Amino acid sequence: MPWSLHALVQAVILGVLTGGVYALMASGQTLIFGIMKVVNLAQAAFVVLAAYLTYSLFTLAGIDPFLSILITTPILFAVGVAIQWTLLRVLRPEDAAELSLLVTFAAALGLEGLLELVYNTTFRSIQPGYENFSWTVLGYQVNMVRFFAFLLSLTMLGLLYLILHRTKFGRAVRATVQNPMSAQLLGVNPQRVAALGFGLGAATAAAAGAIFGLISPFNPGSHYDLISRLLTIVVLGGLGSIGGSIIAALVMGVGSAVVAALASPIWSDFAFFVVLLLVLLLRPRGLFGARVRGAI
Amino acid sequence: MTAAGLLRAVIFFGALTLLPFVFGEQWVLNSLIFTLMYVGLASAWNLLGGYAGYPSLGHAAFFGVGAYAIAIVFENSVGSGYPPFFLLPLIGLATALLSVPIGWVAMRTRADVFAIVTITLLFIAQTLAFNLRAVTGGAQGISVAVPPFPVETYNWPFYYAVLALLALAMGISFYFRRSKIGLSLSAVRADEDKAHGVGVRVTGVKLIAFGASVGLTAMLGGVWAYYVGFIYPQFAVDPLVTIGMVLMAFLGGRATLWGPVIGAFILVPAQQYFAYEFGASHVYLVAYAAIFLIIMLLLPRGILPTISDRLRMRRRRRQGAQAKSHGAIGGAK
Repeated sequence: MPWSLHALVQAVILGVLTGGVYALMASGQTLIFGIMKVVNLAQAAFVVLAAYLTYSLFTLAGIDPFLSILITTPILFAVGVAIQWTLLRVLRPEDAAELSLLVTFAAALGLEGLLELVYNTTFRSIQPGYENFSWTVLGYQVNMVRFFAFLLSLTMLGLLYLILHRTKFGRAVRATVQNPMSAQLLGVNPQRVAALGFGLGAATAAAAGAIFGLISPFNPGSHYDLISRLLTIVVLGGLGSIGGSIIAALVMGVGSAVVAALASPIWSDFAFFVVLLLVLLLRPRGLFGARVRGAI
Repeated sequence: MTAAGLLRAVIFFGALTLLPFVFGEQWVLNSLIFTLMYVGLASAWNLLGGYAGYPSLGHAAFFGVGAYAIAIVFENSVGSGYPPFFLLPLIGLATALLSVPIGWVAMRTRADVFAIVTITLLFIAQTLAFNLRAVTGGAQGISVAVPPFPVETYNWPFYYAVLALLALAMGISFYFRRSKIGLSLSAVRADEDKAHGVGVRVTGVKLIAFGASVGLTAMLGGVWAYYVGFIYPQFAVDPLVTIGMVLMAFLGGRATLWGPVIGAFILVPAQQYFAYEFGASHVYLVAYAAIFLIIMLLLPRGILPTISDRLRMRRRRRQGAQAKSHGAIGGAK
C-alpha cells in the first residue's frame, strides 16, 4: 500500500530529526557519566531550565531562540559547575555512586520547584512565528525547526568532539575517563576536570533546551518525561559511550515515530521502554557499553 | 532475638495498637495512617535497597499496581467494608510472583543501571495507568466504593490494616537479618561476583528480596487506594512516593531493622507539615529538595549506623584508655 509506505517514510524522516535532538541531550548525560561515573538525573531539568531561559529571552527581549543559545550556554555551564562543586564534590568516594543518583534527583526536584515558583505550572511554548513552517520535499513534510535543530545538534556534537579530541582540557578529560589514577599521576587535577566536565555536560542542555522549547510545549514537570527517555537512550547505547548514545537516540527517535504513525502516539514512549527491557535481557551492558566492573 | 530487641518490638507495636483508644481524634489517626504506611514502605524498600544493595527507584510502580487492583475490584461495592482487606494477601502474593520475571531482567544490571531500569518501570506503569482507559479510567482516575464503617471509628480498620502490614514488613526484615537469606544478601551487597564465586545462590536470594519488597509495597498501595477512595495515575504511580521511601530508609540507615522506621517517623510528619504550610504555594517542592540534600550531605550513612559507629568509637577509646592506665598495650583494638 503506497499510503502506508508514505506514512512510514514520513515517520522515519521525523524520527531521524527528533533523534538528532535526543542525541544532543544524551551526549551531555553520557559525557558526565563517562568522566565522573555519575548518572545525572538533573540533565532533563537542565534542558527544561534552558527552555525557560530561552522563552524569557524571546518574550522579554525578543531574542531569537537559536541566537539565545549563545547566551544560555554559559549560564547552563555555570549552573552545572556550581552543582558539581557544591553538591557532588563533597560526597565521599565510597558512597558517591549511589548518593550522586539521589543528589542529582534532588537537584532536579529543586530546579522544578524553583521554575514553578517563577513561571507556575502553565504549559509554555516558544513561538517565534516560524515554528510550524515546513518544506515539502518529494511529497514529504520536513519541518524547518526540526531540520535546523538536527543541523545544530550535529554542529554541537562536532564541537564536543573537537573539544574532547583537540584541546588540552579534552585530553585531560579523556585521560580521566580511561584511568583516573594515572591521569592524576600525570598532573591532571580530577576535581577540576570533574567540575568543568559537569559544566560542559550541562552546557549541552542549553541548545537542547532551546530546541525542545520550539518543538514541544513544556512546563516545570516536563523533565520527568524527558529524563526517562534520556536514560533509556544512554543505557541502550551503553553508559559512557557518546557514539553509542547517538546511535541509540536515532534508533529510539525513529522507533517511536514509527510506532506513533502506525499505531498511536500514546504508545510511542512505551515502545522506548520495551526496547530497553529487551536489549537488557539480551545484553545487560547496552549496545556499545564496555563492561565496567560493579556498574553493570 | 535479644531480650532488649523483643522489649523494643513489644513496646513499639503495643503502643501503636493501643493508640487509637487513647488519641481517637480523626486527624491524629489520619496522620498516623500515612506515617505508618511510609514506615511500611521504607521497610519494604529496605529489603531490596538496603539488605541486597539494589537501589530501586521504581517501587511506586508496584504501589500503583496494588492501588489499581483494589480500586478496580471494588469500584462499585465493598460489601461489609472488609473484603478489600481480605484481598490484600492475594494482591501481595500475585505481585510478588508476577514481579519475578521483571526482577530477573532488572537484576541482570547493577547499581546505577539498576536504578535507571527501575525508574523506567515506574514510567511504564504510569503510561499504562494513563492509557489503558477501559481498565484504569485514564487521567480521570477511578474511585473506590465508600465502606459502611461507623463515622466515629471510620479510620480504625485502615489504621489496623496498615499496622498489620507494617508488622509483616518488619517481621520479614527481622527474619532476613537472622536467616541464611540475610547473610547471602549481605554477601551480594558487599561483592556479588565473589559471593557467586563462593557458592551463594545469588539469583535466588535477589529474587526473594525483590518479590518480598514489591509484594509488601503493592499491599500498602492497596490500603492507600481504599483509604483515599479516589486514585489518579499521577498520584498512584508517583515518583515522589519512590523518593519518599528511599529517603526515609537513607535517613534512618539502610540495612538496619529500625532505620527505616526512624526515618519515616521523622520525615512523614515533616512532609505533612510542609504540605500544610506551603502546600498551596510552590515552595513545597523546593523545601523538600532542600531537606533531601541536607540529609544526603550531612548523614550519608543514616542516623542509626552513624550513632552505632560513634558508640563503638567511644567504647574503643575508653578501652584504650583503660588499657593504657593498666600499663598494657594490647587492649586497644
